[in-house]
Amino acid sequence: MTTNDIVKPENLVYAKTPVLSDAVMHYCPGCSHGVVHKLVAEVIEDLQIQEQTIGIAPVGCAVFAYNYLEIDWQEAAHGRAPALATAVKRLHPHKYVFTYQGDGDLAAIGTAETIHACNRGENIVIIFINNGIYGMTGGQMAPTTLEGMKASTCPSGRNHERDGFPLKMSDLLALLPGTCYVTRQSVHTPGNVRKAKKAITQAFNNQKAQKGTSVVEIVSSCNSGWKMSPVQANKWMEEHMFQQYPLGDLKNI
Amino acid sequence: MAKVRGAIVVDSAVCKGCALCVEACPAQVIQLSVELNAKGMNYAAMALPDACTGCANCAMVCPDSCITVYRVKI
Ligand code: SF4
Ligand code: SF4
Repeated sequence: MTTNDIVKPENLVYAKTPVLSDAVMHYCPGCSHGVVHKLVAEVIEDLQIQEQTIGIAPVGCAVFAYNYLEIDWQEAAHGRAPALATAVKRLHPHKYVFTYQGDGDLAAIGTAETIHACNRGENIVIIFINNGIYGMTGGQMAPTTLEGMKASTCPSGRNHERDGFPLKMSDLLALLPGTCYVTRQSVHTPGNVRKAKKAITQAFNNQKAQKGTSVVEIVSSCNSGWKMSPVQANKWMEEHMFQQYPLGDLKNI
Repeated sequence: MAKVRGAIVVDSAVCKGCALCVEACPAQVIQLSVELNAKGMNYAAMALPDACTGCANCAMVCPDSCITVYRVKI
């Protein structure tokens, strides 16, 4: 049996979801953003909510997310995505509203907006990409940078006496009464991709059930910023990032 | 147990040659090509097509959604 015998429409088992546009993503080769975009798009397709979903794009590498998913979008000022999502969801309570934010956006300039939206229990989904670095602006230290991890603004590695400790945002958010679901996932292996998709599905279903704020953190790699190959970056993430940011549900009620 | 055969089709113009699919394939089906695409990247291609089971692991991890997967029972 040759490849040509197998490659027929009736044998199709996996193809790109039509919720993703045909635009070629601007992300670096091997960037976790592309996988997470795909999962959000697949969940929107599976739940058949393409016409009812409004995404809030961040500032950071994912600033152009609105080019890649064929849904309605708003672009937020830096860090303000949860505040904008609050407004959109309150004006359109029957729509599905999610933010898509990196750690520089959610855990630095947007800390206040994130905490207060979660504390109010806004009925939204927050997708949080944590790669421990400011990817877009050149790999500077972020609040989430690991101790000892090198970044362009801490070339000898983060030192807590000088730079403070890595901020575990999801742990903080899980303490707030407004969150119903806080989980930490990754997308570096096929098994983790499947689990992350389940988590994103649950988050959107929570919104339908009006349960409060769902936060899905994806511990991600930034291979360009970390100055590694994509495969090496995933290994480094397993060895180092998961110690500080262990995977699993922090809250699920 | 029914045997399965799979095949993948890579959109070689979109592929960025990140090799995450090469790493994810449990059957070592995929390798990066020697040729470059228009982006200047060594794109992914089936090197051992007979070993593919159509499990779609490669497509799951591809950040650029450029892998389509087919499978038949034989
Ligand atoms: S479908 Fe599975 S076996 Fe086939 S190339 Fe992809 S990962 Fe390998
Ligand atoms: S994972 Fe996708 S982009 Fe990366 S080498 Fe494989 S086919 Fe190309």
